[in-house]
Amino acid sequence: MKSLSEIETTVKRASKAAGYSWGVSEEIGKSIRLLELFSLPGIKHLNEYFNQKNKSKFENLNLISENNSSSNHPYCPITLGVSFLDQINILENLKKIDFKNIAYPIIFISFISRSSEIIGKKISVKIDEKKMLLNLNVNISSNFIDQEFPKIADTIEVNLLENEDNFTNDEWNNLYKLSEETFVEESDSLKEGAAGAGLTDND
Amino acid sequence: MKVELRDPNKIMKLSRLGSFHQSKLSFLRSFLNEFKEWEYKRDLFNLSENGFGEAVYSFKKNKRVYSLVCFANEIKDEERSDRVIATKWDAAFTLHDGVPRKKDIERLKNEVPKQEVGRLSYKELTLSRANKSVRIYNHVVESLSKGKQPDLNLLSKVGYLYRTTAVYGSGKFGLADRFRIKHREEINGPFRLEMMLVYLVRQFTFDQVNHVAYNKNPKTAVKLDDNICKNLGIGNSTGLGMAPFIVNHPTLLNNWILSREKALKKIREIKDVESQDSDLFIDCVKKSLKNITSWNTDSEYQQKKISSLLKDVEKFLNFIDKDFNFEIEYPFNKIYKWLEDNTCEECIEYIVSIMMEPYNNIVNPLVKEMSSDEEKYFTIPTHRKVEELRNIIEAKYPNILDINFEEKENNKNFWFISKNKEEPRLADRFEEHGSELEQPLAIARDIKKLYEKLLVSKNSLTIAEFLTSNSELRHVVRRAFIVEKFPYSEIQDNTIGKDLIPIDMLRLKLSFFGALKFDPRSDKWLRICMFQGAPLPNELKSYDEQWVYKTNI
Repeated sequence: MKSLSEIETTVKRASKAAGYSWGVSEEIGKSIRLLELFSLPGIKHLNEYFNQKNKSKFENLNLISENNSSSNHPYCPITLGVSFLDQINILENLKKIDFKNIAYPIIFISFISRSSEIIGKKISVKIDEKKMLLNLNVNISSNFIDQEFPKIADTIEVNLLENEDNFTNDEWNNLYKLSEETFVEESDSLKEGAAGAGLTDND
Repeated sequence: MKVELRDPNKIMKLSRLGSFHQSKLSFLRSFLNEFKEWEYKRDLFNLSENGFGEAVYSFKKNKRVYSLVCFANEIKDEERSDRVIATKWDAAFTLHDGVPRKKDIERLKNEVPKQEVGRLSYKELTLSRANKSVRIYNHVVESLSKGKQPDLNLLSKVGYLYRTTAVYGSGKFGLADRFRIKHREEINGPFRLEMMLVYLVRQFTFDQVNHVAYNKNPKTAVKLDDNICKNLGIGNSTGLGMAPFIVNHPTLLNNWILSREKALKKIREIKDVESQDSDLFIDCVKKSLKNITSWNTDSEYQQKKISSLLKDVEKFLNFIDKDFNFEIEYPFNKIYKWLEDNTCEECIEYIVSIMMEPYNNIVNPLVKEMSSDEEKYFTIPTHRKVEELRNIIEAKYPNILDINFEEKENNKNFWFISKNKEEPRLADRFEEHGSELEQPLAIARDIKKLYEKLLVSKNSLTIAEFLTSNSELRHVVRRAFIVEKFPYSEIQDNTIGKDLIPIDMLRLKLSFFGALKFDPRSDKWLRICMFQGAPLPNELKSYDEQWVYKTNI
């Protein structure tokens, strides 16, 4: 089994050889390491993308807006990913961002996952009809974990989620009430002596 | 009195970093301190009469066990090479996480001797190999087998029976990634498992030499005297492979140097020094003279450094004896200032290291600050502005900005990775091919390029906007934001100029390892000795902490 350190180093070097700058290659190394840590096919798709890069054309998107549609060729997932990562503090205000025609979207996903950690918010991503939830770069959950990831995504919808509970108030209150059963009802003497501080702090 | 931390623009120059010496902060000393309470055991010793076979040594505490698995092999003299391009070694080692099962040992027997072309698993933590110092090894075997102890004069010329030529860790060749073990309390210090491997290898070399001597002549053989063992270490040959590490791990480098600087600052701020502390300090300086006078090297460069070090340490001792009174206030501050005014860089850093000896209360907490979670600082703060980045560079790299990289001599070398061995190398860009594949280790040059771009960019641009058209400078943008928070993270010197002495970079790292007796074999590689004078495993529970200044051979 390859270690994550080997994966990161080799990806960084291969990316430089594929024509990216050292700084961008470092970003790719971190991103593919992350995908492999999450058991997602980072190495496989990066390999395929680098092979395709020599034969086909891909479009670079440097400035991301609310709606992004490539004119002729699919977007390069790396340039797109680095742009997303770099611009995440501005993109955070958009809430929803749409992309059309992206090559090897799983590579792009790794950069979105890292962006989720930077802004401290979960990000949901819909790749065509498939969904992924990127959880502060701690994990990635999806409804197509055992299926083949697409080589081209027609559409990607990115939703930057607000920090909200994913349970109802009732559910919380029920649980909280149960937790109260570990508390001790205080008698007058306990109120006076058990806290350490006095009943008034006006001294 | 408040003493300022020393200026990174002075301390992070290569000539200064290349003058660093071991100290209480060094990793091999903090390793011994951490593992002194662990149970040491030799679990397996299955060697042939000529010393070939397997052995296992372990450290155990509660449920945690670390096991060194050793494989001693027969090789021909012409196959023995210290260079990293070698493919066979007298012995190969791995540190296994836990107790190795029989099938682990069988698996490792196939892989460990192959080193870089073998595959290890997440159950292995470090990997190494070593060659005999044949002249010394044979002499010791011969002497012991005849019932005599070896010639101490001969031993003192080398100082070890074996030397390692590489110690790998952190995910190399399939070894466990650092993140798998980083929360273990006992390895909360850099290179602790690498130090453990080397320390246990040292014990293996003694056991092997005793075993071979005994089998050569069971009737007359004696064991190598414990006191001689103690005064032998493990050699190491180190080439350029180590140099890029300190460039590629800026926050880690910062934490090493910052710990040293904090220790010095706190010692200089001690108002009244206890007599037992000043006595210990002076005693260590005096005893350390033996380390200087027994420091053998054929390198003219190093001989000059040793000679000026010896002269200056003697001058310092003379000053302390005749002109100095430890009863004044802030005596170590006065000593430091005197050193800066009167001695060479090598001597200043030598004495700074020894100043730490009496102060466990200052040094021990700093040992815990010497690791780094580098991932945390990887992300570039792209919301910040060009003006801020320019200000950082002006404040943090003032001398770098003065270098003219248009001049050939300042741009002479390039760092590359050799295709044959996947190891870093250095070459003249005007005479050799390959500079188009240069590694990103010319930080000074690239920082200057970045600065020049920033000068003609709008102040109000965000870094994200700046990077859309300056992707080739991304790696140094990242570094500049790191040095803003970590002042000692950057070598403040040109790593590609004609005057570069690469072994300065190696010495910096090796001094933090705790190496002694740097012996440059060229400007690109050197030999060192580790653990010479260190307690043996069965002495760890109670040992003299200043052992490093008390070697006898």
